[in-house]
Amino acid sequence: MITLTHVSKIFPGGESGVHAVQDVSLHIAPGEIFGIIGYSGAGKSTLVRCINLLERPTQGTVTVDGRELTSLSEKELRQERRKIGMIFQQFNLMTARTVAQNVAFPLKDSGLSKEETAAKVTQLLELVGLPDKAGSYPAQLSGGQKQRVAIARALASDPKVLLCDEATSALDPQTTASILRLIRDINRRTGITVVVITHEMAVVKEICHRVAVMEKGRVVETGDVFSLFSAPKEPVTRSFVSTTSNLSKAEEFIAEGAPLVALSPGQVIARLTFARGNVGEAAISQLSRQFGVDANIIFANVDILEGTPLGGLVVIFSGERVGEAIAWLSEKNVVVEVLKRG
Amino acid sequence: MDNLLEFLFGRDVPGQLNILAQTLLPAIWETVYSTLLATLLAYLIGLPLGVLLVVGEPGGIRPLPRPVMKTLNILVNILRSVPFLILMIMVIPLSRLILGTSVGTVALLVPLVIAAFPFVSRLVEGSLRDADGGVIEAAQAMGCSPGRIIRAVLLPECLPSLITGFTTALITIMGYGAMAGVLGGGGLGAMAINYGYYRKQTLVMYTAVILLVLLVQLIQSLGTRLSSAVDRRDTRTAQRISLKGGEKTAL
Repeated sequence: MITLTHVSKIFPGGESGVHAVQDVSLHIAPGEIFGIIGYSGAGKSTLVRCINLLERPTQGTVTVDGRELTSLSEKELRQERRKIGMIFQQFNLMTARTVAQNVAFPLKDSGLSKEETAAKVTQLLELVGLPDKAGSYPAQLSGGQKQRVAIARALASDPKVLLCDEATSALDPQTTASILRLIRDINRRTGITVVVITHEMAVVKEICHRVAVMEKGRVVETGDVFSLFSAPKEPVTRSFVSTTSNLSKAEEFIAEGAPLVALSPGQVIARLTFARGNVGEAAISQLSRQFGVDANIIFANVDILEGTPLGGLVVIFSGERVGEAIAWLSEKNVVVEVLKRG
Repeated sequence: MDNLLEFLFGRDVPGQLNILAQTLLPAIWETVYSTLLATLLAYLIGLPLGVLLVVGEPGGIRPLPRPVMKTLNILVNILRSVPFLILMIMVIPLSRLILGTSVGTVALLVPLVIAAFPFVSRLVEGSLRDADGGVIEAAQAMGCSPGRIIRAVLLPECLPSLITGFTTALITIMGYGAMAGVLGGGGLGAMAINYGYYRKQTLVMYTAVILLVLLVQLIQSLGTRLSSAVDRRDTRTAQRISLKGGEKTAL
């Protein structure tokens, strides 16, 4: 649905310009929810603006739904943009228009009659759960409601793609969850392709199928969300993954010498990461029985990603046969990192 | 007693009252219509020019070539830097050319409009610069043409600020118009100068000045009210408006 080929965007400034996006090639399939994650300044907002050419790439080509946007005239481009809905962090609703007028805005020149437009607006507002707010002004709405209106507006022209630029970053966690649910529902119901820009791993975890990690204008890692979470390769990906679990706290505790992780001789503290299909306490209890090793679980974190559990534990092992136990775990495809030995 | 009265209100108070009775209403009318007409004409040129100054910038909604923008800016600055009194004298030949006369209220519309439109364009420019860039970007993302963005997004979103600017323009142009009294214009300004200054009929002058003050107050308070009445960014006004006319404004 979306293909970026060697896309670069250089803004003027400095000696050689600011390289906001550098040589990014991506393919996003129809119907998928694709995440682009990165810290502020990584270039992800510029990249998403290269998809609908709000920013024209300095190099490279952008193809959406079979049309190469980078080769179109301004007028043709405007026509194509109607197939690409976009929502923003700050909602960007027109303050001088009512909710209904905002949603109807993209429907002008769409050939619909006044009645058809009104019916469509009603239907869209029902879809986003705000059927009673048609006559309100954006200033009267909460942040979550504003984003719902923005989603309704973005969907008005029946787009094939929905771009979400930090769409939940200005919202509280509960509202974020409800907006993400709404986007996922719409994706499932209509098959719309969704691109989600975010700096929050929780957002990716919640709705994305695949994800690209950006750093300094480049995509450093791409993959399906599960493999990215279970086996992050790049340091920046690892740091994102650690933001969603408390397992990394163990290292802080060890560094601080906290009593919780104080070890007596022979004890080993280790982080266990479970890969696909082998999560569960069974491994630990089996290990206890088989090797006579005590396992004291001090941190645990299990996520459900795309319906598959993914998790990790930080455990203090004590017993004679700890070494054997660890070797056994590795055979079971559990990644064991020994953090400290007593 | 008589001395005090003369000191306060000038010579021949009954005569002055007579003058007031005859000339006051026409003078008010002349001031009002010449101000309105000049402001309207100034906006006819100044509004599009102000829009151009914003949208034509590099990175604007409809970027224009740099030399064009530079020329426009310099032109506006030159016109704004000529003091109004001098400008009036400079354009006397032009007034004659356009209107066949260089005296009278209508003739003074020419310098008034020439002095006011650059000022108006800067006021408009200032209002439009405050527009939320995100809303414009959203409209661009929806595939709106520059023309539609200007008409349907930029101007409506900036309406409260544009009205505030319009109020300022009206008051400033009224002040210019009063000044034009020196050069044979009509209205309250001419009344104050002709009777109060040249004939020491102070009462007439005071009356004219007080009326000018009242007019300014009136315009300002109407402008402020109108501006906040159309402003839907404030939660409370938005509430009031949508409660009042929800069904009317729904689509």
